[in-house]
Amino acid sequence: MKPKLAVWKFASCDGCQLTLLDLEDELLALAGLVELAEFREATSGAVEGPYDLSLVEGSITTAHDAERIQEVRRASKALVTIGACATAGGVQALRNFADVREFVSAVYASPEYISTLATSTPIAAHVRVDFELHGCPIDKRQLLEVVTAFLHGRKPGIPSTSVCFECKRRGNVCVMVAHGTPCLGPVTHAGCGALCPSYNRGCYGCFGPMETPNTVSLTRQLHVLGMDDRDVDRVFRTFNVRAFEEARGADA
Amino acid sequence: MPERRTIRTDYLARVEGEGAMTVRLENGRVEHVELRIFEPPRFFEALLRGRSFREAPDLTARICGICPVAYQTSAVNAIENLCGVEVPEPIRLLRRLLYCGEWIESHALHVYMLHAPDFLGYAGAVELARDERAAVERGLALKKTGNAVMALVGGREIHPINVRVGGFYRVPSRRELQPLVEPLERAREAALETVRWTSGFDFPAREVECELVALSERDAYAIERGRIVSDRGLDISPADYDEHFEEEHVERSTALHSRLRERGTYLCGPLARYTLGRDRLSPLAREAAREAGLAETCRDPFRSIVVRSVELVYACDEALRLIDAYEEPDAPAVEVEPVAGTGYGASEAPRGLLYHRYRLDADGTILDVKIVPPTSQNQQAIEDDLRDVVGRNAHLDDERLRSLCEQTIRNYDPCISCATHFLTLTMERR
Repeated sequence: MKPKLAVWKFASCDGCQLTLLDLEDELLALAGLVELAEFREATSGAVEGPYDLSLVEGSITTAHDAERIQEVRRASKALVTIGACATAGGVQALRNFADVREFVSAVYASPEYISTLATSTPIAAHVRVDFELHGCPIDKRQLLEVVTAFLHGRKPGIPSTSVCFECKRRGNVCVMVAHGTPCLGPVTHAGCGALCPSYNRGCYGCFGPMETPNTVSLTRQLHVLGMDDRDVDRVFRTFNVRAFEEARGADA
Repeated sequence: MPERRTIRTDYLARVEGEGAMTVRLENGRVEHVELRIFEPPRFFEALLRGRSFREAPDLTARICGICPVAYQTSAVNAIENLCGVEVPEPIRLLRRLLYCGEWIESHALHVYMLHAPDFLGYAGAVELARDERAAVERGLALKKTGNAVMALVGGREIHPINVRVGGFYRVPSRRELQPLVEPLERAREAALETVRWTSGFDFPAREVECELVALSERDAYAIERGRIVSDRGLDISPADYDEHFEEEHVERSTALHSRLRERGTYLCGPLARYTLGRDRLSPLAREAAREAGLAETCRDPFRSIVVRSVELVYACDEALRLIDAYEEPDAPAVEVEPVAGTGYGASEAPRGLLYHRYRLDADGTILDVKIVPPTSQNQQAIEDDLRDVVGRNAHLDDERLRSLCEQTIRNYDPCISCATHFLTLTMERR
């Protein structure tokens, strides 16, 4: 029996599950090793659980989804969250720091038609999660590593260092030191391969905070580089707003 | 006794996002058609307020993982429009190259993985690969080439990091683009093969009547900019969009329906682009269309898969032309200073017209945003088409009718993540 792989979507842009389809060279080989039991973006065929590995994309923003994730957990032997929405609530968690009723009225002419929760929360706030893969979007090589590791019952080899490590390894000149470009690299979880500094741009934190980030020290440096309080708030409040705000709160 | 039947599909597969459909029939007559989008709303237009105008391309990219370049491009177009900036030609053409990559990736995904399985009777591309592995591998190779263009020019395939207001953070040298040439030449061959493949599918005879709307340029097949035109004489700048189009909030949907004021339903996307711009395709793409049996216009939603295939040929051809003619810009970006006021921008996402409007204050803080994605513009046309298809095929058994309905929806490549929603299919017959 081939292990059953399921892909589930909650509030999200579909980009992280697309990452699985972006494995153009490995997709058909992978499909030979596992049964794609549930993957609505890719197939209308669906197989009943239990599933050996569930990949979950998206955050919980409705009462219905809060129930649905419980069903997914019950049907899954291992559950891995993929991407910033699932691991941190995503950019839609900006509502957590605002008045959601006002958000609804700002977008919809008839707000009474819309049912939504006041917050966008990560999957781990609702059910036990076996592994969290960060990124907005996730990196496809890391996704392949996580799927392979779970299918072989070993721990995924995903480094939990900062982007700075990847940047050094790539031989980049530090954009903050050399060009005075504000960069979240020192506090951001590795995984992208230090993309932004390689394109002469400061990291904007799409992989979320690393373990024990020193946001106080980085904030001081961002001020030195000319950012005011509003700029600093903005740069921390994007796709991983909930995780970065937690880290900043702990550091304060 | 009236004959009543109920058919349900709760979660439509092979589309992007979450949605449902309800069709009610009584005595073979269609009573009610409803495309319900229940993808949870994420409130982008609200959360963009108070942000810096420079953040718009990164934030709006996250509306859709399938077409982030479309969002980034419409956003920078709108903001540069307001700030009185026209980027230098080499930067504009580099944006067009990046956008070609997105068209190739998105069209290959839809043609091979989402849509072709409908015509060939498979649940999906993985199932199709068991019998037609070469075809699926061709589709994956095409998709990979589109992604390679996006990764090189944009930094990565999904949510590119290199797009900014005023241009790019870093621009490639001519030499850095060369490794794309050979894969694109192979992709162009694969795209021609795709046209031959899809044009051989069985197509029911079908035409939609509604007005067709697309961007148009005088000398090019419009992608990253253009005027908004229609087959019934509309010809406006994106700045006049709100004067001519309106949105309606329909109950039980988290998407907004768009209409042309006083004219009603319209359709954007590949059929509209082809019908309004066929003469500006490259000679190779035009010839492929002719060989595929496409006339000068195409109003058949089932044949949208052939039109997408022709656009694949064009996007590969155009990417090669752009690389050949590429001149490295003097600077990766031009400085853009914020201006208080309202800016308008549009571009042709793979699924059709994508309109953005931003109101800024003098320090560049976003005060108000309007974003109209192609799928919400097409939602009414999809429902109308569905109503007609069901009416003509009410004699089919439930299973076959439901599958025809699903295919009718997938003909439009709906992106419910963009429209903020997904489709669930419920059919009731009475």
